[in-house]
Amino acid sequence: MVTDTIQTGVRPVSGKSRRYRTQLGLPVPIHLALKEVWRNKGRFFLISSVVALITLLVLFIAGLTEGLGQGNREYIENLNAQLVVYQDKADLSIPTSRMSQATVRQLRQVDGVEAVGAVAFSNVSIPLPGGKAPLKVSLIGVLPGEPGEPDVTQGRALRSKRADETVIDAGVASRTGLKVGDMLTVRSTLGSKEQLYDLRIVGIAPSSQYFIAPSIFVPYITWDKVRPQPLSTLETGQDPDVSFNVAAVRLKNPSDAPAVSKIINAKVKEIVAVNLQTAYENTPGYSAQQSTLGLMRVFTLLIGLLVIGGFFRIQTMQKVAQIGVLKAIGTSSASVAVSSIMQILTINSFGVLLGAIMTFGLAAGLPSAVPIRFVGSAVISSVASLLVIGPLGGLASIQVLLKAEPLRALGLAS
Amino acid sequence: MANSLETQLVTKQYENAGQTIFAVDKVTINVKPGEFVALIGPSGSGKTTLLALLAGLLRPSNGSINIDGHPLWKMSDRERTKFRSEKIGFIFQSSNLVPYLSALENVELMLKLNGRLDKPGRDWAMELLDQLGLKDRMANLPSQMSGGQQQRVAIARALVHEPAVVLADEPTASLDTERAYQVVQTLGTLIHAQKRAGIMVTHDLRMTRWVDKVIRMTDGKVAQIIESKGEIEAFSRGSDH
Repeated sequence: MVTDTIQTGVRPVSGKSRRYRTQLGLPVPIHLALKEVWRNKGRFFLISSVVALITLLVLFIAGLTEGLGQGNREYIENLNAQLVVYQDKADLSIPTSRMSQATVRQLRQVDGVEAVGAVAFSNVSIPLPGGKAPLKVSLIGVLPGEPGEPDVTQGRALRSKRADETVIDAGVASRTGLKVGDMLTVRSTLGSKEQLYDLRIVGIAPSSQYFIAPSIFVPYITWDKVRPQPLSTLETGQDPDVSFNVAAVRLKNPSDAPAVSKIINAKVKEIVAVNLQTAYENTPGYSAQQSTLGLMRVFTLLIGLLVIGGFFRIQTMQKVAQIGVLKAIGTSSASVAVSSIMQILTINSFGVLLGAIMTFGLAAGLPSAVPIRFVGSAVISSVASLLVIGPLGGLASIQVLLKAEPLRALGLAS
Repeated sequence: MANSLETQLVTKQYENAGQTIFAVDKVTINVKPGEFVALIGPSGSGKTTLLALLAGLLRPSNGSINIDGHPLWKMSDRERTKFRSEKIGFIFQSSNLVPYLSALENVELMLKLNGRLDKPGRDWAMELLDQLGLKDRMANLPSQMSGGQQQRVAIARALVHEPAVVLADEPTASLDTERAYQVVQTLGTLIHAQKRAGIMVTHDLRMTRWVDKVIRMTDGKVAQIIESKGEIEAFSRGSDH
C-alpha cells in the first residue's frame, strides 16, 4: 500500500562521518543516457527502427551494386587472359565490336603474346519445365583451348570447334538442376521463328555472368549456328571471318600487360587493346549503373543523417527545461553532452545491428535470380557510414544541449 | 555560529532601452545553519533573481556572495558547477525531477554527481525517502506520483548530499493548500534537524508559518526583515503585508 504520510520525526545522519567506498552504478553520463533509453523504450525503439530501415536500404543498395556489378563483369574479370582487344571504332563496346580471324592471327605474332582466343557474345534462353519462365543466358562462343574459355570444375572443357556441346556455368547449373552429361535445349530465333537446339553438357564452370545473366559456353562455330540471327544473314550468306566480338589475349608475362598493349595498339591496325578492368568498366551500362547506385546510397545516407539529426534535435529541444534543472543541480555541460552522445551511439548502433540482421535474413529468402551480393568491404564501409551518420546527425542536438541555461530551472533564461 | 550564507550589497542591474533596472539592489542577508528563511514579495520584486544569484546561476553586477565561507563569484564556471552540486540543494517549482529516473534514482543522482553513491549513501537516500513517507514510492517514476509526492522527492534530493544551503523556488506553487503545508513543514523540519541554511521563495504568506525569518523584498530591495516568532505568526495569517 502506498503511504502518503509525512513523518516529522527526523533521524539526521552525518555524512561527514561516512568514508567514500565503492561507487555504485555507472558514471553519471552513461547512467542518465541508458536510463532514459530504457524508460522510453517505445520512443527509442521507433527511431532505432527507422535507422534499421535505412540500414536495410543502404545494405540492399550496396548488395545490389555489387551483385549487378558482378553480373556485368564476372566473366571478363575471371578471363584467363590479361588483355581484351576491340575493334577501334567500337568505342570499347563489346556488342558493337567486330573482329576478323586475320586480326587474331596478327595478334598471335606480337612479341609477348602467348595465346589469343576469339570470343563472341549473344543471348538465348533455356526453356524450363513446369511452366516456369525460361532462363535467359549469355551465349558465349569461344575457341576450345584458347583464352576466353572458362576453367571447368566438373566434367571437361570443350574440345571440338563445331561439336554440339556446351560448358554451363554454376549459375545455370543451380537454376536448371542440369548436370554433366545432360542435354540442354536452348531457344534461339531465326528471323521471326523460334529455333530449338540441343547441346550436350560436357562441363560445369564457376559462375561467369555476363550482362546480368549466367552463361553457357559453346565452341565458336556452334555459337555461330545457335545465336539468334536475322533471315537476311542466311539469305545473303555470312562472312565467317567477321562474326566474333573481341579477342582475349594471354601474355607470356602477365605483368607486361601495359607494355604489350602499347605494342599491340601500334602494330595491329584498327584495334584497341585494354586491360580487363577497363574492359568490364566499359560494358554497356556498367558505369552508369554503378554510379547511379552509388548516388542512391549517398542520398540514403543523407536522408538517414537528416532523420537521426532531426529526431535527436527535436527530442533535445523538448528537454531543454529538464537539462536546465540538471545543470542547475551541478551536472556539467560535458556530462550532459556525453550522455546525449552515448544515447545517440546506443540507438544508432542498435538500429544498424537490427537493420543488418533484417537485411541478411531477407536476402537469404530472396530468389537466386535477384542479383544481390554481400562482400565484406562493401558491407563494412556501409555499416561504418551508418555508424558515423548517427553522431554526425546528433551534433545539432549537442549544440542545443550546450546552450541550455541552468537559469531555465528558475524560469529566468535570458 | 558562522553563517552558511552571506551576501554583501549584492546588486543585479540590467540596461534596457537606455534605462538601468535594478532587479536586486544592494541586498545584504545572512543565514545561519539550521535557519529557515522565507523570501517574499510581489511579482517582480527580485526574489527569484536573488535566488539565482545565491545559487551561482546569475553573476551579480556588484557585491559578494559567500556560501559556507567560499566566495561564489571568485570561482571558475567549472568550479562553481561542482560547488553547486556539493554545497547547494535545490527545490524548484513543479516538474523538476528527472522524468526517466525513479524517486530513489532522482535522490541518488546528487550523490552520484558528487562521487558519493556508495552503500551508505544509498542507505541514506532510502532513509530520507522513508522519513518523507515515500518508502513505497522509491521505485516509482515521477509520472506515477502526485505533485506533493514529487516535491517530497525533490526535498530528499535537495538534502541527500548534505549541502550547506538549500534553495527552494516556490516549492508549493503547484500544490493544493493541504499538500503545500505538508511539504513546507517537512522541509522546515529537515532543515532544522540537519542544520542546513534554507531559503524559500514564496508568494504564499501562509507558508511562512514554519520559517525562522521572513525577508520581504520590494523593487529589488530588502524592505523588511521579520525575525520575531509572534510577528511571523501574524504575517503568516496575512494580517501584515
